[in-house]
Amino acid sequence: MSNKVLSVQDVTMQFGGVVAVNNLTLEVHKGEIVSLIGPNGAGKTTAFNVITGVYSPTNGAVDFEGNNIISNFPKGKMEKMYAGENKGKYKKTLEPTPDKITRLGIARTFQNIRLFKELTVLENVLIAKHMRMKANVFTDTFLLSWKEEKKMKEDSLKLLRILDLYDLKDEKSSSLPYGKQRHLEIARALATNPSLLLLDEPAAGLNPQETDELTEFIRRIRDQFNLTVFMIEHHMNLVMDISDRIYVIDFGKMIATGTPNEIQNNQKVIDAYLGVADDE
Amino acid sequence: MTEKKKTQFNILFSVIALLVCAGILFYVNNFTKPNFMLRTVLQLGAIYALVAVSMNLLNGFTGLFSLGQAGFMAVGAYTFAIFTIPVQSRSGVYYLYGVADWLSTMQVPIWVGLVLAGLVAAILAAMIGAPVLRLKSDYFAIATLGFAEIVRIIVGSTPMNKITNGSLGLKLIPKFPNFYFPFIVVGICILIVTLLIRSSYGRAFKAIREDEIAAEAMGINLAKHKQLSFIISSFFAGISGALMGMYLGAITSTTFNILLTYNILLIVVIGGMGSISGSIISSFLVIAAREWWLRFLDMETYIGDFKVPLLKSGFRMVVFSVILMIVVLFFRRGIMGMKELNWNFIINRLDKKKKAGGEGYE
Amino acid sequence: MTTNAFLQYCLTGISIGGIYALIAIGYTMVYGILRLINFAHGDIFMMAAYFMIFSMVNFALPWYIAIIVVITATIALGVIIEKLAYKPLRSAPRMSIMISAIGVSYFLQNVATYLFSALPKPYPTIGFLTKTITIGGISTSVVTFITPILTLVFVFILMQLINHTKIGMAMRAVSKDFETSQLMGIKINRVISFTFVIGCLLAAIGSILYFTPRPSVYPLAGSLPGLKCFIAAVFGGIGSIPGAVLGGFIIGLSETFIKAAGYSEFSDVFTFILLIVILLIKPTGLFGEKITEKV
Repeated sequence: MSNKVLSVQDVTMQFGGVVAVNNLTLEVHKGEIVSLIGPNGAGKTTAFNVITGVYSPTNGAVDFEGNNIISNFPKGKMEKMYAGENKGKYKKTLEPTPDKITRLGIARTFQNIRLFKELTVLENVLIAKHMRMKANVFTDTFLLSWKEEKKMKEDSLKLLRILDLYDLKDEKSSSLPYGKQRHLEIARALATNPSLLLLDEPAAGLNPQETDELTEFIRRIRDQFNLTVFMIEHHMNLVMDISDRIYVIDFGKMIATGTPNEIQNNQKVIDAYLGVADDE
Repeated sequence: MTEKKKTQFNILFSVIALLVCAGILFYVNNFTKPNFMLRTVLQLGAIYALVAVSMNLLNGFTGLFSLGQAGFMAVGAYTFAIFTIPVQSRSGVYYLYGVADWLSTMQVPIWVGLVLAGLVAAILAAMIGAPVLRLKSDYFAIATLGFAEIVRIIVGSTPMNKITNGSLGLKLIPKFPNFYFPFIVVGICILIVTLLIRSSYGRAFKAIREDEIAAEAMGINLAKHKQLSFIISSFFAGISGALMGMYLGAITSTTFNILLTYNILLIVVIGGMGSISGSIISSFLVIAAREWWLRFLDMETYIGDFKVPLLKSGFRMVVFSVILMIVVLFFRRGIMGMKELNWNFIINRLDKKKKAGGEGYE
Repeated sequence: MTTNAFLQYCLTGISIGGIYALIAIGYTMVYGILRLINFAHGDIFMMAAYFMIFSMVNFALPWYIAIIVVITATIALGVIIEKLAYKPLRSAPRMSIMISAIGVSYFLQNVATYLFSALPKPYPTIGFLTKTITIGGISTSVVTFITPILTLVFVFILMQLINHTKIGMAMRAVSKDFETSQLMGIKINRVISFTFVIGCLLAAIGSILYFTPRPSVYPLAGSLPGLKCFIAAVFGGIGSIPGAVLGGFIIGLSETFIKAAGYSEFSDVFTFILLIVILLIKPTGLFGEKITEKV
């Protein structure tokens, strides 16, 4: 299908004997906002880390815009220890580093904000533009590619203006208020020109008003930058409000998928969140 | 003040500052005695400034804690010496072991020698960089330290006798052609590093220092950029090694032992990890203190019949290392922290003072 | 190589390896708890040698009292260094504390040069240790012979201490998780001091065993052995005591055999290459635990 942006197939991530993500299959279509929810420790961030190349999956594959970008199968020590499913289905090993994934057009933010603390807001955004630079280290050092530098700076300033961060451009990023730091993380991700944006708990630590603003903010950037958004979030109001579709995982396994309405009434999901009494 | 005007002011002030520096050098060169301590301090300080800046590029800007700088200096110094010792004096230098045939008639001008010194150090860095840079912080530090020791041992070993003159070392290395030479070379090199730091690549280095994982998520190829920083840093360490060789006139493998790396590291720390101007200021201060201002601590001194206690040979270095420890423990950010000494910095400082004074009146 | 010669080299190698092991334990324990490469450890080892010269030559103490003096003074030095140079940096970035350790190393070397001059000083002979004994055709000095035995005895005691006492448990807890163990009411500073006490005790003993068969001591005498012992610790997997011991023996043996083969100039090169190779193949060493950063 042409409008399938991200497709995760049978991904299993096993650390030693612990299966953090178990046979996860999901897809995200162009222009959608899709949420991945689940109780703490369900394996959501691990799933993100697999998609962005931080971990290489134990088994399974990931496609992006129709191309296979990640693929792996259990081997070495893992071959015997492997406790997941679909063993033998994948034969290829494709383990790109996170920077390659970003270059393909998948950008991410982090659950615990990871800004470049000592650098200014503008520098944070400029760094995200660095990988698209054509100049090499010589031309760049000796100011021979000043035109490209200038263009980079203009683009970054434009981006900051759109995202209401322009006035803070010369502030040290660690000195920003928390909410603004979250915005800056998103701005920085956008500066890499992604087509798919992965947000890892964007509302964590925000107050109710900021969370409401975030909903609008995510919609706005989705439309303005032509994005597909895939996010992990705990904040149910936000998730139900914004998502086109939701995937729910628990103990690394997918337990439900559907529209916000369907998920809200799904017994399995309710059980996962509230727990099931032992005598039932 | 608009941005443009600020830049113009900056350039104007920088030109003035440069002229003042040139004036001081001119004065020192023409109106002081040849054995005046300040001459030594300025020349040695400049050499240390370059190697400190090169180390800072790696340790302070890229966040790679390297302890291999002395090794690359050794490579640079030896390369330079091997190619520039005058052909006619070679038999005197290699009097014991003789000189390798291919070397006996080869001699290059000192400028070429300097570039070669840098290049050989950089090539070596490229070779060891790929494996060593995969190591995490402490391990990387130890591996580079180990590498520096390997270089030192190999350079001074018997199989290298006909090239490096083994444990005897090399002498009759060409001296500086004139008083200004080291300042010009160091000035150009530091200017290049400064431009690099200000470029997009420099920003990428800083991103790696701040947060490797985030930098990689922003599409920065960690291996490539760390390698770049390592190679460039080694290039300039090589050149500073060559300058050191010119300054000393004679080198042996022990010239470049661990203590040299420690010295450079402490200069970088005192100046501020991540500040080029800090490294420069601290080089001159440290060298001046060590070679000049604290000299009296090494002399046994009598005031009348009273012998001043503690003063004897070696006390200077004790005091010096105590000062270093105080900086390390209580002024961890060093002189400049991560800031640079430029006109914005000075204007901001003055503004702050003015504001503080103003508030005092109200 | 005759069997006899081979055995002779084995004994020499095991002996020097034992000394490396004793010092490597100091590195590995401090690293396990503070995540600090204690660059000053080699210099503490050097200072211990000067303490020996001081007590036996300058004060003419008999060797058994001198040994006690040396051990006490070395421990005191180590603990004071920890309190003055490392404790204030507990919450600082790891780079700062490493720099502080380098600063201490630099300081100790300069102090030694100032107090004892840069010229090598003869190391006093402890009568019975330098006697030559002959066992089955191999003649060697007593010190070479007893070093490995002493090493194993100390390691055994240390393992008992760590695995079966309260302070040992506290040490294991702190090395696993610094902050949590603090929350659990473990007196971190006591544990750290105790670690330095053990490390310095072993360094002092190592120093006596190391310098007895060697002619002299000079201010930089500690830096290269120190580095090698650190490599031994890394080789075995830093943080692991059996690893450090094994690493010490391996480095001691290989060094001795390289020297025996006539490449004594390159024995140190070999050690460093060994370090780089092991780091590349198995960055955590033989027995080290893998630490991954959470994203």
